[in-house]
Amino acid sequence: MTTQSMIEAIRATLEDEMARDERVMVLGEDVGTQGGVFRATEGLKQRFGADRVVDTPVAEAGIIGASIGLATAGMVPVAELQFLGFAHQAFHQIGFQLGRFRYRTLGAFPLQVTIRAPYGGAVHAPELHSDAFEAMLANAPGLKIVAPSTAADARGLLTAAIRDPDPVIYLEPLRGYRLVRDDVPDGDHLTPIGAVRIARPGTDVTVLAWSFQVVNALEAAELAAEEGIDVEVVDIRSLVPLDEAGIAASVTRTGRCVVVEEAPRTAGFGAELVATVQELCFLDLEAPIVRLSGWDTPYPMPLLERDYVPDTARILDAVRRTAAY
Amino acid sequence: MEPYRLLDPEGRLTGDLPDGLDADRLAGMMRLMLLGRRLDEKAIALQRRGKLGTYAPLSGQEAASVGSSFAMDTDVDRLVPQYREQLAMLHWGLPLGTYLLQRYGHPKGARLPEHGRLYPQQVALAAHAPHAVGLAWGMRLRGEPGAVICHFGDGASSEGDAHEAMNLAGVTDAPVIFVIQNNGWAISVPIASQTRGVIARRAEGVGIAGRRVDGNDVLAMYAATAEARRRAVEGGGATLIEAVTYRLGAHTTADDPTKYVDAAELEDARTRDPLVRFRTWMTAEGLWDDEREQAAIAWVDERIEEAVVEFDAAGPADPAAMFEHVFADEPPRLARQRAEYEAARELGS
Ligand SMILES: Cc1ncc(C[n+]2csc(CCOP(=O)(O)OP(=O)(O)O)c2C)c(N)n1
Ligand SMILES: [Mg+2]
Repeated sequence: MTTQSMIEAIRATLEDEMARDERVMVLGEDVGTQGGVFRATEGLKQRFGADRVVDTPVAEAGIIGASIGLATAGMVPVAELQFLGFAHQAFHQIGFQLGRFRYRTLGAFPLQVTIRAPYGGAVHAPELHSDAFEAMLANAPGLKIVAPSTAADARGLLTAAIRDPDPVIYLEPLRGYRLVRDDVPDGDHLTPIGAVRIARPGTDVTVLAWSFQVVNALEAAELAAEEGIDVEVVDIRSLVPLDEAGIAASVTRTGRCVVVEEAPRTAGFGAELVATVQELCFLDLEAPIVRLSGWDTPYPMPLLERDYVPDTARILDAVRRTAAY
Repeated sequence: MEPYRLLDPEGRLTGDLPDGLDADRLAGMMRLMLLGRRLDEKAIALQRRGKLGTYAPLSGQEAASVGSSFAMDTDVDRLVPQYREQLAMLHWGLPLGTYLLQRYGHPKGARLPEHGRLYPQQVALAAHAPHAVGLAWGMRLRGEPGAVICHFGDGASSEGDAHEAMNLAGVTDAPVIFVIQNNGWAISVPIASQTRGVIARRAEGVGIAGRRVDGNDVLAMYAATAEARRRAVEGGGATLIEAVTYRLGAHTTADDPTKYVDAAELEDARTRDPLVRFRTWMTAEGLWDDEREQAAIAWVDERIEEAVVEFDAAGPADPAAMFEHVFADEPPRLARQRAEYEAARELGS
């Protein structure tokens, strides 16, 4: 075990996977000499050279499109989008090309592509850097989407993503990069893609969350415990494929469910979770499912973001309301 | 491809002084350039004290911004800028205090001048370039006077949006001028990794006029932009100006350039300081002296002080602003969310 921050775990995992498999390469804006604007690729260019750690021009469609080509040529590209907000510049390559290439070609080509992207709010980033666009990606079939909330999962899911035969979008919480620190297993550590993690067991209310909202949910759960409400926090961590059985098992036990996400409410991924819980657990539900999200507005100016992104107080309030129903 | 130049690095005029530049305007250019240099110092200090968000210094690029801006007619022309065009935005009438509020992340910082000829600064690289084309095209269709000037960086020039915009400008005969600020860097990525070609040559490939200009020469930037503007308003279409310059500071206050900028290269770039070059020529021509420099600095400091006062007076951000201007009329579903938000605020969250 080593105690690491999420960013340290990500950096170490990239280094280990590059050492393990010489087909693995990293490409993106500022990933080489600078080692990434958040230091996720620090030292990699020095160790593995400029052919495997590539500072690309500022061209996101090119980065992702070329990653598809590289993968079909037998490489294992790990592309970095500097912020998820700039996935839009590459969206046709991600949604229409990367996600469908296997399907269109009846599986004729390897597509071992990982896209890493920091995202999420409440870090005082400039405009267009904080939005949570998971739902847009999840609505494009053929892409796996993972979003760790611990350093251990940062390592386990990134290892699994890089080795996965399918394209995986790996979402990194900006807010948790340095704030979240925990014990990371040494050696080969894989977290299965498609399995929830019970972040905190409880009996009264299930909170479904992923990425940094898991941290907020855990804080809210501690406060709720002082009031005698025992909250189970389920870290979704893999949005696609979704662990329906894991989610249903928790909600069936507690009978009450709160869903938390940062995205705008309309058509956010949380809506998918609410619909799934309703389908699988209808007869076990003791209260309406409560949903917390950002608002249906563009992500606001930094001074207002605390009023936009769900926080501990809003989660605690939702837990209380659900428990009292 | 040798850049077009009017002032050599020693500050000697090597061609004719462009039309339209009398002593007052030349002094005005000098003042705005000085303002840029001092604004960087002040803004970086404010950022360090937590009073500003990330700030993108412009030092080294004063001539490219100011020369291209002064060649335009702000009464009819429109500016569609990238985020490092503070000086162009101020020239188009943005109050400095509003600019600082924007950098602080205050909703009041989003307010643009009422005249409508200044567009918001763009953060998504090159995403504004097609807007500039559409705007210029629309002005032509509606018979409006003037042209559009759109600044973006060497990094942004690699985006698909930039290429699409330049080609579209060609086929629509849009009266638009793209000023590509080739400052040598896109954060840590040097121009040699950004492109193997000469940016200005792209113009030829899409059938618009193109010119490579010494971006540290404010007179050359003025002359090249004035010529492009003349062509645009006379129906001659679009121009791409590559301003060859150098980013003397960090990418932003969040960046540490010592990790990737070679110290000797930076020292060399400092010897081509656009402010020094222009001041040398102005002084030799008798258009500038210590007294005028001191007066200009006093004027600059006063403007910055006034802006800081306005900034301090803005008060806390009003959360209601978050729900405003999403649509022209607020739909009921959003109104319900606003009510939910008000209730959540009561929780002290
Ligand atoms: C579409 C998009 N991709 C990536 C970024 C992240 N980013 C911000 S500034 C920058 C470099 C821009 O370089 P350049 O256009 O040369 O402008 P400069 O900063 O040199 O003024 C990058 C990659 C962004 N803002 N937008
Ligand atoms: Mg640049």
